Amino acid sequence: MDLRKMTVSQLREMLISRKISASELLSVHLERIERSQLNAYITLNDKAMEAAREIDRRISSGQELPPLAGLPIAVKDNISTKGLRTTCASKMLENYIPPFDAGVVEKLRSAGAVIIDKTNMDEFGMGSSSENSTFGPVRNPRDPSRSAGGSSGGSAAAVCAGEAVLALGTDTGGSVRQPSSMCGVVGIKPTYGSTSRSGLIAFASSLEQVGAIGRTVADAALLQGVISGPDPMDPTCVIKVKPKNSIQGTLSGLRIGVPKELFGEGISDLTKDVVMRALSFMERHGAKLIPLSLPELRYSVSCYYMIASAEAASNLGRYDGIRFGHASSEHSSLAELFRNSRSEGFGREVKRRILLGTYVLSAGYAEKYYRRAASMRAKICSGFETSFSKCHMIASPTATGVAFPLGIKRDDPTELYSADICTVPANLAGLPAISFPCGSGEGGLPIGIQLVGRKFAEDQLFSAAYSFESLSGGYEQLITSGGV
Amino acid sequence: MAEYQSVIGLEVHAELKTASKMYCSCENKFGAPPNTLVCPVCMGYPGALPRLNKKAVELAVKAGIAMNCTIQQNSFQDRKNYFYPDLPKSYQISQSEKPLCVRGYLDILVNGEHKRIRINRIHIEEDAGKLIHDAEKGITLADYNRCGVPLIEIVTEPDISSSEEAHAFLETVRSTLKALDISDCKMQEGSVRCDVNVSLKEKGSEILGTRCEMKNINSFSGAVRGIEYEIKRQLELLRSGEHIQQETRRWDDSRGVSTVMRTKENAMDYRFFPEPDLGLISLPDDLVSQIKGSMPELPGEKLFRYTEKLGLKEQEAKIIAFDKDKAELFDHCLSLERASAKTLCSLIVGEITKYLNDTGDQISDTKLTSLALAELAGDTEQGRLSSSSAKKVLSELITSGGNVKEITERLGLAQISDPEHIQKIVAEIIAQQPKSVQEFRSGKTNALNHLIGLCMKASKGRANPAMVREIAEKLIKMEE
Repeated sequence: MDLRKMTVSQLREMLISRKISASELLSVHLERIERSQLNAYITLNDKAMEAAREIDRRISSGQELPPLAGLPIAVKDNISTKGLRTTCASKMLENYIPPFDAGVVEKLRSAGAVIIDKTNMDEFGMGSSSENSTFGPVRNPRDPSRSAGGSSGGSAAAVCAGEAVLALGTDTGGSVRQPSSMCGVVGIKPTYGSTSRSGLIAFASSLEQVGAIGRTVADAALLQGVISGPDPMDPTCVIKVKPKNSIQGTLSGLRIGVPKELFGEGISDLTKDVVMRALSFMERHGAKLIPLSLPELRYSVSCYYMIASAEAASNLGRYDGIRFGHASSEHSSLAELFRNSRSEGFGREVKRRILLGTYVLSAGYAEKYYRRAASMRAKICSGFETSFSKCHMIASPTATGVAFPLGIKRDDPTELYSADICTVPANLAGLPAISFPCGSGEGGLPIGIQLVGRKFAEDQLFSAAYSFESLSGGYEQLITSGGV
Repeated sequence: MAEYQSVIGLEVHAELKTASKMYCSCENKFGAPPNTLVCPVCMGYPGALPRLNKKAVELAVKAGIAMNCTIQQNSFQDRKNYFYPDLPKSYQISQSEKPLCVRGYLDILVNGEHKRIRINRIHIEEDAGKLIHDAEKGITLADYNRCGVPLIEIVTEPDISSSEEAHAFLETVRSTLKALDISDCKMQEGSVRCDVNVSLKEKGSEILGTRCEMKNINSFSGAVRGIEYEIKRQLELLRSGEHIQQETRRWDDSRGVSTVMRTKENAMDYRFFPEPDLGLISLPDDLVSQIKGSMPELPGEKLFRYTEKLGLKEQEAKIIAFDKDKAELFDHCLSLERASAKTLCSLIVGEITKYLNDTGDQISDTKLTSLALAELAGDTEQGRLSSSSAKKVLSELITSGGNVKEITERLGLAQISDPEHIQKIVAEIIAQQPKSVQEFRSGKTNALNHLIGLCMKASKGRANPAMVREIAEKLIKMEE
């Protein structure tokens, strides 16, 4: 019995029929974590066993079980957990213990989830390799010499390696989808405003959402359904739409837009080929492919880095080393304490983005950079709107290629930034997007396909992905065989 | 030598009278022990998000309507980024690009002249914490209770041309905000503060001079002194052929001087951008009409009515019009139609104001009713009470309450208006004072006043003075 290959519904069945207890399920995962070399987590939850035993008590007293009862779930370390250290993988918050739970964590807890650990990531979510962590890089379970992607690399790796059944990531510019693609799992970036950001330690507030990662579409969709919905603590999360819990799907009649800009330069030929084969497969099963052009997407990466960095510089201003966070021991004045704490507490990439973000909003430059980016963002939104009159969803590769070896891209930030070409548009437009495996490339490493949907149309994405998954014989099989 | 004209603009910050803070549910209260009214939101904890207080928006809209602004159905909030220990998020949520209220005005009255001061905008924002510097210990303590307290900022156009006008504007603003229950405007608690911008231009010229901003002004008299200081400073610089440097200065009220805070080169760059954590502020369709419909007569309007229609003196009219309780008392008394506005005004501005100032009481703390005051004023006007007796009755009404007639009788203060009674008193005094009578006859009119004074004294102030004069003149002439 390999629990690593089990789906949520199978595990739930086993728990209800008492073939396994929640504490046993947790122990199996903890043992795996202990032997793991992936560096996928930063902090273990010392209250996890307590939560699992509570579920066991409920099972033995025959109570009805909430949807995630007893399932070990990993939570990215930029999502606040009351009483449990939350670091953002930054030295700056090395010892920060939040006094409150994030909105999504509250929802997890009331759904009976057992939070197993806090996963490793790029510092404050800034990066796409999970190497920018003060706790060291995350390794890809499918090839430990390679990156797990990022910034939610720890969450994707944990789910892939069976260190957790499900995981929460956060996606500001592709941080759930890209590592999901690289680890061969399913990752969701929901519609902006569908999921609470309360307690999500902000990087770029207007772009980010909390998203589910699972080994199957149904698993990820279930988790997303649990964490979505209004939260009085987040005024931008008010829409009362929840994805349905049961997914059925057919590809028949589905119109899938294929924008040439996301199949162009910078994306590896093999990736394009694998994704195109998946799309042809979907076409053979009843979907219609609609060629599209979205020329404004050429500017999405620059637009994204200006807006995201501007917001980041503002959001990260509060880390002064006084009330929480790293405080430098070297100082002779207050100003020096601030300066040294920030110099020592933030990593290179974070500093780079604070500088960039401060610059693009500063007097004399805001018009040239930030405001132009903001108006380009509006154009990207309306470009999508026009496209959605022709199709239900838009397909592209998720990443430009398979997982890259650790260390190679560290000194070339712009190359790393431009690799976000396929994922950032959905964040800029606030649209839902899903990444799921559709085959493999170099070294048998997984390749993900992305579908971007209309606002609050997560259900459509889930059913399309689910149809593909069931028609193609499952993701592990796809990755092993190379594709459809 | 060139003549200069001062050009002044004000930015008035007023804390709003809401139960809770702007973006969280912490209590909005002054004077609690330090850092007891705080939560993750107002302390800027990672991941804590602001939630807009609806009441604050309503109060700001109310202020906008009272100051004749256009209310923007849709507005939004911006982040104003600056790093200072009193600001835990390192940015203040304010409004820059699209404020709630724009293009208004407020009319002021200074020395009989009406003047319209245009208002550029009124926006909402949050207050910062308070830093307490302990010079002795060389430390600074931070109290975050005030963090996130809702504020409005009222920004005028540079339409003010003297410290006197600035003072009149500030008084009009304060009384308007208090009358509408928008703000307490308690200076000593810092719930209203202002920044002033001063520049000088050559008289007759359209070109504005370089302006200086003065911060840290926390009283209206401080504003007056600060403006006068700044005008003088700039004038001296210009007269000696120097240029004014654009700068932000800090007013030190205790020393009566301002010092440079930062120069133009070091100007703050606030990096405003739309606050992504809060959506658009979209006002309910009927909010503006609802507020307009329930808008009472405003202090500025009262002032004009009192001076123009009722003929009250400007200074006295201001004392009543700019004080919500006094104006209410005055208007109610007036509506009872027992006495004239002037008599009521002199009682309120005189004795009542003096009592309130001495004791620190509010009108509502006293036993005085508007009916009693109206009766008292009526009795005084009709000669049933002398002005000195009226004072005694009023003091009784304030401290113990009751009925004017009953108090007058109990204290034996009813005015003597019986001609025979008065004639008896006057005759006695004339008999005792042959010298004064002689002086009066020889043309010294003052001597009559002396005699009248003695008659009043003899009647313990109760004799009707007009009748005493009349009868005294008549008796002296008869004896000739």
